[in-house]
Amino acid sequence: MQRRNMMKWLISLPPMLFLLVFFAAPSLIMIVTSFRYPGEFSGLAPLSASDIVSGAPSDLYGLTLETYQFFFSDTLYAEIFLKSFAVATASTLICLLLAYPLALLIARSDKRHRNLMILLVILPFASNFLIRIYAWMIILGPESALNHAVNSLLALMGLPPVMLLFSPFAVLVGMVYVHLPFMILPLYTNLEKHDPVLLDAAQDLGANRWQRFWRVTWPQSLPGVFSGTALVFIPVLGMFAVPDILGGTSDILIGNLIKDQFLGTRDWPFGSTLSIMLMLAVIVTAGLAAWLARPRAAASSTST
Amino acid sequence: MSLLELRNLTRRFDDFVAVDDISLTIVKGEFFTLLGPSGCGKTTLLRMIAGFDTPDSGQILLDGNDITQLAPEKRPIHTVFQSYALFPHMTVAQNIAFPLQMARVAPAEITGRVSRAIEEVRLSAFAQRYPHELSGGQKQRVALARGLINRPRLLLLDEPLGALDAKLREDLQRELINLQKEVGITFIFVTHSQDEALALSQRVAVMNKGRVEQLDEPSIIYSRPASRFVADFIGKINLLDAQVTQLTEASMKLQVASLGMITLPAIKGVAMGDRGVIAIRPEQISVRNTTEPLETIYSFAGKVLDFLYVGDVTTYVIELTNGARMEALLANATPGVARFFEVGDTVTVTWPEAAVQFMKD
Repeated sequence: MQRRNMMKWLISLPPMLFLLVFFAAPSLIMIVTSFRYPGEFSGLAPLSASDIVSGAPSDLYGLTLETYQFFFSDTLYAEIFLKSFAVATASTLICLLLAYPLALLIARSDKRHRNLMILLVILPFASNFLIRIYAWMIILGPESALNHAVNSLLALMGLPPVMLLFSPFAVLVGMVYVHLPFMILPLYTNLEKHDPVLLDAAQDLGANRWQRFWRVTWPQSLPGVFSGTALVFIPVLGMFAVPDILGGTSDILIGNLIKDQFLGTRDWPFGSTLSIMLMLAVIVTAGLAAWLARPRAAASSTST
Repeated sequence: MSLLELRNLTRRFDDFVAVDDISLTIVKGEFFTLLGPSGCGKTTLLRMIAGFDTPDSGQILLDGNDITQLAPEKRPIHTVFQSYALFPHMTVAQNIAFPLQMARVAPAEITGRVSRAIEEVRLSAFAQRYPHELSGGQKQRVALARGLINRPRLLLLDEPLGALDAKLREDLQRELINLQKEVGITFIFVTHSQDEALALSQRVAVMNKGRVEQLDEPSIIYSRPASRFVADFIGKINLLDAQVTQLTEASMKLQVASLGMITLPAIKGVAMGDRGVIAIRPEQISVRNTTEPLETIYSFAGKVLDFLYVGDVTTYVIELTNGARMEALLANATPGVARFFEVGDTVTVTWPEAAVQFMKD
């Protein structure tokens, strides 16, 4: 027994060390950073000389709540948070609407073809993420066939032309495109395990097509819906590349804001503060989702 | 009066005929069983009655109305599936309420009917449990309550006792009979277990290769099997090849392989030269020590080859001097006697004339 326990620890030691060094420690550094003053040109002000830089009275080890005060003093940041949450929610919903029928189709098709279809779903990962986003730039660009077609259609209806690229629409398209497989996979994994005889039973007991879906398939698939939602919602929330490339100047999200604090404005403490606020928001959202999912999960973790 | 009528139902899968021109009538209120080995077409037949499969030809009539093309959800016929198919995400009460909700029964009425149904199957303490928290027998009772709650015209049961252990199965068989009598709903039960078919049903249709071989009461199926298949499938039986060699109005003489000539009362539809088998149930054979006097004309000397002791009874395999092997079933009814014969004992095997039946091929 002792030996086996030792083995367990030994085996899990490398990944634990990895996470400790590259996740836990940086997180701690980030938390501390958020309470410090920025340096004159970049980085951080020296701890002992905080009063010189800020002109504030010498305080405890050069730590301050200033960045947090700043975050809450301007509604701009709350607005960007809200907008990011809205984009994440919309992307997640669209992904769910697009992924569910496809996952269902794959789960209910012949066993021999399923693996091939799943392979096709994850095939886009084989090419570089940025290249695929730049490809969307061309697809949505002002000289693209799509943009021409949309504008001709709008002209027919007597409406002014639009520009697809550099718009919230383009951001949403990019987000959905990138994250769709992350919704399909957990949904498929869940739906594939459903016992088809339950649908027969429901039909036998008088349920029509819709009732069979809403009363039998959908509630059983909720664990898959929740994991897919988490896998889409959280990355979209932090994503900066898509809005950077496809979005307009007014389409910045939290991800862009944080990136800008570190690489543009060079205000590391405020960047850290934004990151921490984002993490807290994600944890609260995820906790809420887990709490909502809890009673269902107990019911569906069964075998018949 | 007839409730369900099957008219010349045929169902083919590629070149395999699963159901081959079956016609039968099921009477209102009866406990009817489709019995047969796997692949005999009983499940296909059941699926067509439920509506999950459509016959290639023939008609299904319920109360005189053609329902052959009607969708399963529109038929007043419910099924208890082999795996019970309880909804894993619903409690016992929610499972049982499901058919009523589908039928748009008022919620207030549903609550009352569900709690009465749960009481009837003695699961009141489990109403809020999920299926994975129930035992096999409890699941079966939920499936039954769910199938019966909306009072279907017909309840189909697809081997619902198959997954349970022997002891529980017997209890549930008794429960099933009582329940069916109580609710008065017609049951069609599908099984490959002859014990179950004989114990439960008022009538049994024995199926083989897509056809009904015999349709009768259980006691007649057992004592007067209509064909070699039925005789062999239902219970244990000794079958010996035979040929009709003499035929009169009243009797027929048969040449039985390795047994010699025997005489039986004539039966209908038998002609000179017909080949077939004679059948004798093992429990109707008596085995004696050779020294005892014999009072019947059928007595054959033999040797005990083997035996199988299962507690209440012992099956002896006896090889007759002329080569035939017969099985005799003897009840271990004498206190203190573990076994009547040993392997190698010389014995005399006898049976009453009425125990022998001839079935032509």
